[in-house]
This record gives sequence, structure tokens and C-alpha cells, in this order.
Amino acid sequence: MTTTDFLRLTGTSLIAHRARSLLTALGIAVGIAAVVLLTSIGEGLQQFVMAQFTQFGTTIVAINPGKATTAGTSMGMFGTERPLTIEDAMALEQLPFARAVVPFVQGNAEVEFGGRRRRTTVYGAGPAMPEAFRMGVSVGRFLPEDNPAAPRAFAVLGSKMRDELFREENPLGQLITIAGSRFRVVGVLESKGTVLGFDLDDTVYIPAARAMSLFNVEGLIEIDVMYEEGVPVDRVVDGIRRLLTARHGRDDVTITTQQQMLDVLGGVLDMLTFAVAAIGGISLLVGAIGIVTIMTIAVNERTNEIGLLRALGAQRSQVLSLFLGEAIVLAAAGGLAGLLLGAGLGQLLRVFVPALPVQTSVFYALLAEAVAVSIGLVAGVLPARRAAHLDPVEALRAE
Amino acid sequence: MRELATTAMIELSHIDRHFQVGDQLVKALDDVSLHIDRGEYISIMGPSGSGKSTLLNLLGLLDQPTAGTYFLDEVDVTSLDDGQQAHLRNKAIGFVFQMFHLVPRLTAAENVELPLVLAGVPVEERKRLIEPSLEALGIAERAHHKPDQLSGGQRQRVAIARATVMQPGVLLADEPTGNLDHKSGEDVIAILEGLVDQGITLIMVTHDMDMGRRATRQLRMMDGRLDQDLRTSNHGPS
Repeated sequence: MTTTDFLRLTGTSLIAHRARSLLTALGIAVGIAAVVLLTSIGEGLQQFVMAQFTQFGTTIVAINPGKATTAGTSMGMFGTERPLTIEDAMALEQLPFARAVVPFVQGNAEVEFGGRRRRTTVYGAGPAMPEAFRMGVSVGRFLPEDNPAAPRAFAVLGSKMRDELFREENPLGQLITIAGSRFRVVGVLESKGTVLGFDLDDTVYIPAARAMSLFNVEGLIEIDVMYEEGVPVDRVVDGIRRLLTARHGRDDVTITTQQQMLDVLGGVLDMLTFAVAAIGGISLLVGAIGIVTIMTIAVNERTNEIGLLRALGAQRSQVLSLFLGEAIVLAAAGGLAGLLLGAGLGQLLRVFVPALPVQTSVFYALLAEAVAVSIGLVAGVLPARRAAHLDPVEALRAE
Repeated sequence: MRELATTAMIELSHIDRHFQVGDQLVKALDDVSLHIDRGEYISIMGPSGSGKSTLLNLLGLLDQPTAGTYFLDEVDVTSLDDGQQAHLRNKAIGFVFQMFHLVPRLTAAENVELPLVLAGVPVEERKRLIEPSLEALGIAERAHHKPDQLSGGQRQRVAIARATVMQPGVLLADEPTGNLDHKSGEDVIAILEGLVDQGITLIMVTHDMDMGRRATRQLRMMDGRLDQDLRTSNHGPS
């Protein structure tokens, strides 16, 4: 039997029951469309989140106090770890690969100007922050290079903060009150948008040492080191660890590279996409059951025909492949329709909900089609095997 | 042995076909031995349940004997596996059924083409075989009609074209006129007898005594046994 004959025979039998074939294929189409659409959203989300994170640059290493690894024995008897200090940050600046070092403290405080108050996140940071995190200054300047241990009381506003506090007024040179202390505004940052729910524009940046005394904390919550492009990240981590171990008397910090963060995040998002694909997979399963049902009915209806084919000399394998072929064609056609439907809906979503970045992955699309074909194969096997093993005499006699 | 033995087309020896129905053993065929020469015109008659159809199915390799041997063209077909038997059905045996058994969604020509498709005959050659076949049976102008657009007689002619398109040595007909009016039945019988004149071996199961008597050799079955084997010189209306 040639491929053309094969396609013609399966084709005519599917066309003979147009409505039924369409509905069965539709079952698979809906499943595939669900998988394609959901994974498109998942993939888009992943790219979106990744873009959000990498916008700060990828050559950044974060240092946090305390060891994140879990040891068998408690470290408690050796006393608590030493806090990260401004002096630590200053020492890190001396490392040859360090391009920028930013100490970090974070707290909530009430910011006041001219009778307007706004409770917001206040970051204690260093002058190198715009460089490390690729932040632009729209008006004025960022925090100046002061003595890091005793900086002047300057503040830089996020764009939203500026709008809320100053409206139309020029904020430069104005004095604002943060948690009771007075700071002079020296600049306003460009809008950075929201990252994972943190509004980066609704903030105030003040020197880290000032923030520590303002919030009455002994240590920094983080030091970020931006290193020279091209330096192996292992050398960076090693250098930092050696320096801080020397300063603290033991290794009591956690060093996280941007790459690690991205890996973890990527892993989470991959799982999310996979989970979403699995949900779509359930509807595919339902479609597969539809194919089993229809093919079982088809074999029952065409028992006579199977007997005839056997009498005319059809091999069992030929009967098997004819019925299997029908199941696969149904599933593959449904899959293709689903692919177009899913991708089309994805594009529509892109147009109507631009905030949700939908990205149809070729990998998932091909995978979905391969899954559809496999479903046809698996769903068709039982009915097709039954057809191939019918007793020709009985089959010819069937009403 | 007579000279005929070498030209024997079909040689059945001590064929049994038993079925177990519940706790009862049904002997559909019971020690049947039969020797059929090439080109014979045979009718098989007998009451319902006498084993006529079972014998025909067995001759057509659609059914297997419980015991005994069956030589077709000097090949012991009982020793063949399912695939080899299917191959032989395709090449050497033609079937004509009472119910026509045309595939409803295929045209007359496509139905005739089926055995060629299954055999993997190239498309150009198929055309060369189908057209004269339809022509000879007087249904060339109905070639592109579906079975439901054909009369009973036309349908059976399509079925005969399909059964003979591979030019098999033997044609098995199970009540070929059973679903036809008298006139169409006469036509179909005339066509089948024409094939006999061209050298085909025709074995026909029938209820109709008049039809049966036209054959040059009339077998009568009773309770799974060959009851009577009657030869007449010339076929034709009695």
C-alpha cells in the first residue's frame, strides 16, 4: 500500500463522518491550544521577569551577613556572626576587580515636606549605586562621594516620591524630614518601574551610614559588589570571601552571585511553565479519551469492512495501520488546529493585554504537536489492534 | 493416479471443522475430502447449517480446519501463517458475497481497486487493469458512482469485478444472487458462467436448486458431510 493510498483510505473514512471527526479533532485542538497558550504565557512571564532582573546588570555579587548553609551543629555557641559594616564596604572597594561597592540598609519611615507626608521605603545606599544598578538620574545628582563613615545628610528621591511630595515644585535644594531628621534633596532618579511588587520609584535614597543611625541598626543588610566585566565570578567570590574572613575572623557571610539568582529564578519559572503545561495536558487527556471512543465506535461500525479487507487479502498489519492512521490523522489535525488557535489567542492577548508578555515557544509548540501525534498513536492502538485481530468470518457476518 | 491429480487445483483430505458451543461440540465439517480441478464449475447446496458456508470459508482461507490437510495449487495452505494466507487470498482467490460488501464511501472503481491497493500494484498498472474489468461487466459508465447510487445487480457486478481484478484461479461465491431480483440474478449467473468459460474455477454456494443445477458439478452437503457429488457434462439452464 502506498502512502497516497493510505492517506486516501484514512481520509475518506474521516470525511465520511465529517461532524464526528471534526468534534473529535476539536477535543485535541482545545487541549493543544490550552497547552500552547498557557506555556506561551508562562514563557512570556519568564522572559519578562528575567528582563526585570538583568536590567540591574549581571556582574553583581550580593553579600549578606550570616551563613545560609545549614551545618550539622549549631554555630550558636561561637556567638552570633559579626554584622556587615560600612568599613567592610570600604575595604571591599580596595579589591582590584571591584568597580563599584554599594552598602545597603532598608527601612520604613515617614517622609515629610511642606505638610505632605508619605510613609515609604527608605534605602541607605552609597554613591556608586546608579552605576551598579544602571539607574539614571533625571534631575540633579545622586549621593556625592562623601566620607562613607560620616556623610552629609543628603537625599535622592524616586520619581514617584518626587511627584507625590513636591507636585509641580522643584525639589532640588529643599529640605525634607525623614523620621524626624532633616535631609537636603540633591537629585531625582529616573523611573525604574516595579520589580516583583517593589515600587522602585516610591523610595528615598540616603547615605547608608545615616540610614543605620536613623533606623538604629548595627549592620548593613547587604553589600553589593559590581565587578569588572570578564573577571571569572569564582575569583570575585574567592577574593571577597578571603577579605571578609580576614576582617571578621571567620567566614560568616553569604555570597550570592547574580548568576545564581538567575539560575534559581529560572528554575522556579521553568517549574511554573511546566506546571501550567501539565494543566493543559489534562485537557489533552480528555481529547485522547475522545479519540479512543470514536475509534472504538468506528471499528464496531466497520466490522464488515474489516472482514472484507481481510478477505481481499489485507494483512493484519495493514488493517492495524489503517485504523491507527485514522487516529493519528485526527490527533495531528486537531493538534495543528490547536497550535494555530493557541498561538492566535496568544497574539490576541498580546494586543489586548500588552502588560502580559505572551511568547509562543517553538519548542513547546513542536512538543505539543508531537504529544498530539503520540496521543493519537496511543489512543488508536487498542481499537486498531481489535480491528486487526477480528475473525474475518465473524466480521463479514456482522450486521 | 489419474492425470487429473497433477492439475488438481484444490485437494481437501479428511477435513474436520469443529466448534465448541457451550458444552456441545458442533461438527460443521466432518471428514470432508474433495478434489477440484482447474476450471470446474461447482455448486454447493444443502440445508441451512449443513456446512456449506463453512466449507466455502475454509476454501477461501478465511477459516482454518480443526484437522486434515488442504492443498491449493499444490501448496499445503494449512501450514501457512496468517500473513502468507492473506497474501494467497489476495493473489489466488476471489470472493463474491450475498451482501456485496462494497465499501460505501468508495466509488465503484475504487472498490474494484482495493485488492490492487492492498497488493501494492503501481497506480498506472491499476488503471490498466480496472478499466477493462469494469468494461467487461458493463459498468464502466458507473465507475465513479458510490454503491448507494447503484442497483443491486450493478453492485454485484462491481463486486465481481473486484473479485476478479487480480485474476485469481478460483472464485468463491456465497449466494451471489441471494439479494437480487430474478432478472439481475440471471445476469450475475451469466457473468459468472462467462468467467468459467474463460478458465476460472467457480465454487458457488446456493439455496436455489435451479441455480445449483446449472453447475457442471453439484455437491450436496448434509450435517457437515459431503452427501452427494454429481457431475453433468455441460453447464447452462437445465
